[in-house]
Order: sequence, then structure tokens, then C-alpha cells
Amino acid sequence: MARAALMDFDRALELFEPVIGLEVHVELNTTTKMFSSAPNPANSAFHIAEPNTLVTPVCLGLPGSLPVVNGEAVRSSISLGLALGCSIAPSSRFARKNYFYPDLAKNYQISQYDEPIAFDGEVEVELENGRVFQVPIERAHMEEDAGKLTHVGGSTGRIQGAEYSLVDYNRAGVPLVEIVTRPIFGAEADAPALARAYVSTIRDIALSLGISEARMERGNLRCDANVSLRPRGQEKLGTRTETKNVNSFRSIERAVRYEIQRQAAILADGGTITQETRHWHEDTGATSAGRPKSDADDYRYFPEPDLLPVVPSAELIEELRAALPEAPAARRRRLKSEWGFSDDEFQIVANSGMLNELAETVAAGATPAAARKWWTGEIARLANAADRDAAGMVSPAHVAELAALVESGTLTDRLARQVLEGVVAGEGSPQQIVDARGLAVVSDDGALIAAIDDALASQPDVLAKIRDGKVQAAGAVIGAVMKAMQGKADAARVRELVLERATAE
Amino acid sequence: MSEITAEQVAHLANLARIALTEDEIAHLTTELGQIMQAVEKVGEVATPDVAPTSHPIPMQNVFRADVVGDDDVLTAEQAVAGAPEADGSRFVVSAILGEEQ
Repeated sequence: MARAALMDFDRALELFEPVIGLEVHVELNTTTKMFSSAPNPANSAFHIAEPNTLVTPVCLGLPGSLPVVNGEAVRSSISLGLALGCSIAPSSRFARKNYFYPDLAKNYQISQYDEPIAFDGEVEVELENGRVFQVPIERAHMEEDAGKLTHVGGSTGRIQGAEYSLVDYNRAGVPLVEIVTRPIFGAEADAPALARAYVSTIRDIALSLGISEARMERGNLRCDANVSLRPRGQEKLGTRTETKNVNSFRSIERAVRYEIQRQAAILADGGTITQETRHWHEDTGATSAGRPKSDADDYRYFPEPDLLPVVPSAELIEELRAALPEAPAARRRRLKSEWGFSDDEFQIVANSGMLNELAETVAAGATPAAARKWWTGEIARLANAADRDAAGMVSPAHVAELAALVESGTLTDRLARQVLEGVVAGEGSPQQIVDARGLAVVSDDGALIAAIDDALASQPDVLAKIRDGKVQAAGAVIGAVMKAMQGKADAARVRELVLERATAE
Repeated sequence: MSEITAEQVAHLANLARIALTEDEIAHLTTELGQIMQAVEKVGEVATPDVAPTSHPIPMQNVFRADVVGDDDVLTAEQAVAGAPEADGSRFVVSAILGEEQ
């Protein structure tokens, strides 16, 4: 694959205005699939399963099988639509999207076309730099996911050169909500960051609603990014490309940036953009051309004759609206003010993705400052070193317990870090580790004084200097005492006692 | 007015993965045109008072409880039992040069 010519990003922005549109697929975590009573692998309980063990005749499109809509998936879809600020359709229906590919056994996907369940919404998205955007939502519709193909043979394992493919229909029929934005204008150089922050916001919303596991690495949340450029001053939108296979927040940002640079180079050179699907390659950080985009006509959509219209009552919609959690952007504003953090302090927490952990730690009794210190400090460092997700390493309750032990003087910061490592290693709660390892600060002055007298006796020159008023010489004795106490002493208290003992006689 | 052209028939045949000869295309172009004309008669009786519908039965909101249907879930062996080719638990299909939709 020849690498495309790229224009410098800043130069591209001078010449062209980027317009982006985002399609996000959210896999719902209902117990069963969208149209069949098979267990849903997008629910953590069924995530690990052997191929073709989460299927019913409906998932396989066997003759005589009929789909029936999962009522819970409809409720989740309405909740998501409401959280996106959408209107809920008084009546919506399913449609068949016809295409031939073995990822669905029926030769069509059940989706929604002309009557989506939710439409005309708006989502507030905050970028890492603090800029706030209102992203317009065109629609959110219900559909089913497709099965997974494994291409076998050929040299690369990719589609080209494959000799045959193996099909697992476990994922076929998993409930999906596809959220489609309207074209987003005005993001300019922030367009790549906005794309990332938008998907991150959708994830926050899905998690707060509890309707999806929303894990990108599992494909619970997938993003297709549409990018087009138009010359400065031109009204007409440019031709867009749709980049698929973008499976991490970082990739979304990189893929949008790459497409802006690639398209700008082509347009500046007098070329034209082909309307097509492009594939993002994580390894090379580039996109490559896929198939030309089909016209919707080619999918020959028609109303699904096997399913009846979905007509949610006003009561149901209001019930679900009343149960909506606080919107992520509003929650951030509230937490920032409650915690009294500066803009920078809060941004670091928000960008680290540990907002929930902090909130839970504060709820468990820690001060906001202590919670922030531990999560963005030592825990983030340990997570980084172990290449793990900080959120999964230690529970907020344990962090609050650790902070309380420091607060009460039972642990110094240094000892607390040792205890934290024990917690991460699964040795138990902070208090259990303190007890088991005997890590508590020695607060018994008698033990400290004995160690201090020993140290002073063995360093008479230092003792003389302290008595001469050279207080800074005490450092050597303090060091010896801390060593003798194996670090389990409060250095400030030791210092006090050293000066007291040295000058006492 | 629905004029069916030979190009449309060829395009549809391609989408449906059906190989048609020129003669068959010509024949189907005429036939599909006649079918369209017949169906269009419906337009003569449709009035603004009649709401469009995709269902003749006045039913809606038929939902299923979100409960696993143990009796309906197949084993992998059952799932692939009718397949022309399988590797024991997965369906084997010939290499597809197209792409996921």
C-alpha cells in the first residue's frame, strides 16, 4: 500500500474548512439479542463463548424462524435517544437492508430506515482544551449487529488472498443503536479532537444509563468517521469519505486528522476526492481505500414484514425521561464546583478518564484533594508502569481507606505508597496490609528516643555540631534513625525529638 | 408512471447476484413493467384520507421479555448441522472479496 501524500495540518486548515460527521454504533447489554432469545455476547455475562453457541434459529435465518422485538432493547434505545436530546418517534418501524455478505445469514440486516426511533437531538461535548461544542444529532435507530468472519489462508490473513472464511454468528443479532450526527461545522483545527471527545461523551452517556458495557476494545462502541473538506469561502460541501475500523479514542482523532491531511493534498493538487469507504490501519496510522460507497437505493430498503411498528406510549417516554441520569457535561460542571478544583486540576482528572473513580473515592470519605492526589499520582504511575487501566487496579473504597490512614497519621506518604502496591497486588485492604506487614508509623516516642540516643552516641561529631547551633547537621542522625525504624517513622517528629535530645543534656 | 429500463433490470440482477442473459433481461424488463403498472392501480383508489401502512393487521408493540430462551438456543453442532461445510463449530464459506457492509 503506497502511502498517500499528506499536507501539513496547519496548511490544510488555512486552505480548507473540515466538515465531519460521525456514526457511532452502541451495542446494548440486554440479556438477550435484538430479535431472538439467544444470550447477548455484548452483555459481560456472555462475553466469553465458543463460536456459534449463542445462536437460535432466528440468528441463523433458518426457514420458518421469525424475529420478535426485545422490549428491553426498545426501552434502552428510547433512554439513549432521550439522553441525546432527541425526540422519540410516536411510531417507528423496522426495515430490511438487503446485501449479500455471509456476516448475516438472512442476506439482509434488520434496521430502521425511514422511521428511526429517535431523531433531532443535540449533545454537549467538552474537548480536552476546555472548548465546548453542541453536536447536532440527526437520528438514532435500532438494528442488529452482524456475525464475525475469520479469513483463513493467504499470506496476511486479511481478505485479499484468503482461501476461505469461518463464520461465527454469536454476534449476529446483538442489539445496536446507531447514532448519526448531522454535519458538524466550525470545529476547524479541533475537528480531530472533537471527533474523539464526541465518541467519549457517547460512551459516558451509555455507561451512565447502564445500557451498554461501552468497551471499545470489545467492539461495544464503534465509530465511523465522515470527513470532507471545502475550500475557504465555498458554500457547497466537499465529497466525503467514511473511515471505518476506528477502534480506539486515539485512533478516531488520528484518523480524522489523517483524512484532512490526505484530502487536502489531493484537492490542492487539483485532484478530486472519491466518495468511498476507507479503512483505518492502526499499525501504519493511515487509511486505505475500500469499496465505493453504495447508494442507499442499492440496499433496497423496505419495511420489515415480519415485525410490527413500535409505538411507545407518552407514559413510557416520560417514565424513561424521569429516570435519566445527569448528563455527563452537567455532571462535570457540578463536580468541579463541588470539589473546588482549578480549571487545570479538573482538566487533568477529566482527561485521565478517572472522574468516576474520584467521585466514588470522595463519596467513600476522602477529601477531593486526597482523591485527586492518589488517582492522578501514584495510581496512575503504577497503572502506566504495568500498562493497565488505572480504574481496574484498586477500588475507590480502598483509596479512601488509604487516604484516611495518612490523614490519621498511621501512615506516612512513603509507607502509604508501599501499602498501595500491596493493595494492587491483591494482598487485601490497606488496613489488612498495614497489620500484616507491620507498616504503621511508630508513634511511640519511647522507641524513637531509644533509636535517637543510639544514633547520637555513635555520631558524636554530629552531636557537637548540633549543640553548636548547626541544626542542618541533624540530617545525618535523622537518616540513621529512619533507617533503624525501617522508614516507619514520621520524619518531622524524629527531627523534633533529635533536636530535643541533642540539646537536652 | 413507472418505466422499467433494461439498465435497471441488469442492475437489480447484479445486486441480487442473478446472472441474466440479454434475452432474459429484455423479457423481464417487459414483465416487470407490466407488474408495476398492475400495482399502480392501487394509486387510483388511495386518497389523502388513507394513511400509508406497511401492515394489513392493526397491531403494534409486540415485544418479547428479555429472557434467554433455553429451549431455542442451539449447540454449535446443531448450528452447523445443515451447513454445506463447517469446521466443527463454524461455517466455512468461500473467500469473499467484497467487504463488510
